[in-house]
Amino acid sequence: MLMELMLRYNYWISVVLMLIGFYTMISKKNFIKKIIGMNIFQTAIFLLYISMADIEGRSAPIIISETGYVNPLPHVLILTAIVVSVSTTAVALSLIMKIYKEYGSIEEDKILEVHS
Amino acid sequence: MIRIYSIISLILIGMIFIYVADEMPAFGSPDNPINNRVYDRYTERSFEETGVPNIVTAILADYRGYDTLGETTVIFTAGMSLMLLFSRWKNG
Amino acid sequence: MANGEITSIVIRTVSRIIIPFIQIFGLYTIIHGEASPGGGFQGGVILGTSIILLTIVFGLEEAKRRIPRGLILVFMSLGLLIYSGIGLLDMLFGGKYLEYTRLPLPLSGHEISALSILCVEIGIGITVMSVIILLFFYSVRDEDAHGINA
Repeated sequence: MLMELMLRYNYWISVVLMLIGFYTMISKKNFIKKIIGMNIFQTAIFLLYISMADIEGRSAPIIISETGYVNPLPHVLILTAIVVSVSTTAVALSLIMKIYKEYGSIEEDKILEVHS
Repeated sequence: MIRIYSIISLILIGMIFIYVADEMPAFGSPDNPINNRVYDRYTERSFEETGVPNIVTAILADYRGYDTLGETTVIFTAGMSLMLLFSRWKNG
Repeated sequence: MANGEITSIVIRTVSRIIIPFIQIFGLYTIIHGEASPGGGFQGGVILGTSIILLTIVFGLEEAKRRIPRGLILVFMSLGLLIYSGIGLLDMLFGGKYLEYTRLPLPLSGHEISALSILCVEIGIGITVMSVIILLFFYSVRDEDAHGINA
């Protein structure tokens, strides 16, 4: 049991980061903290996929060495996902700026009592 | 109140994840199911088909070039929506 | 001092020296992305970061004087046009969309492919750089002022 735990420690790290990000998204009231929680969640997912691509004893996927290469396919897919994450964060922060200009605060409960 | 509910649900989700993590393949072994024939084709024949030593760039721009076009459109659309959000109307 | 620039002379001198080197490194990451880690997206972000440093240290007015808004919009569209233009060019000579080996240049098969990949990466880098510059310029502008700070 402990041996299998030590062999799979990358999934544990990813799960802990996922839970931290998810908790921040749900229970904080400031909008910017929610967006930061979404970023932490996305980073945990990237770690999960890239850590599955590693092979022990092989080097980076550039054809220059005689040892083997790690699996290059998850790196390619995660590159696209990182760019999508950056775009989403940029548009979300701009929306927060417009909300602040309209309502005067970025706390969730103050906006709810102004709006209703 | 929200905090107690969220902590309870997070503990439940965490227990489910850790139970599932026992069934995943080991970290770093060469006979994972992710290293299959696609991996062999990409690492053996990418240099003679594309002429680019970096396998990641070759996959991004040659084998899967259409997905990269879609991703560049995503960044372009983000820039467009920023311009829409921050334009100023002349109040007349 | 009205536009929030930094007045310490150490920071201004050091950043005046180091911004061209950041830009050269960004161009190196884009162009040498075929033989070393890097590529279009990474190099574009590095190029955008150099302009962000210019804006932080010298103020928004100075940065807008060097990079007018029309230029940013032209670059943003030009990168995407290069990418889809190469795809349409391959269709013009009888191949499928983005099939690089059909161009009638006097090079061998995989050298044409390497040349097309280089052009495509440059296009991606230009688009990413201009979106990052645009995002920063819109974030720090002062909305109640008139004139060049808008």
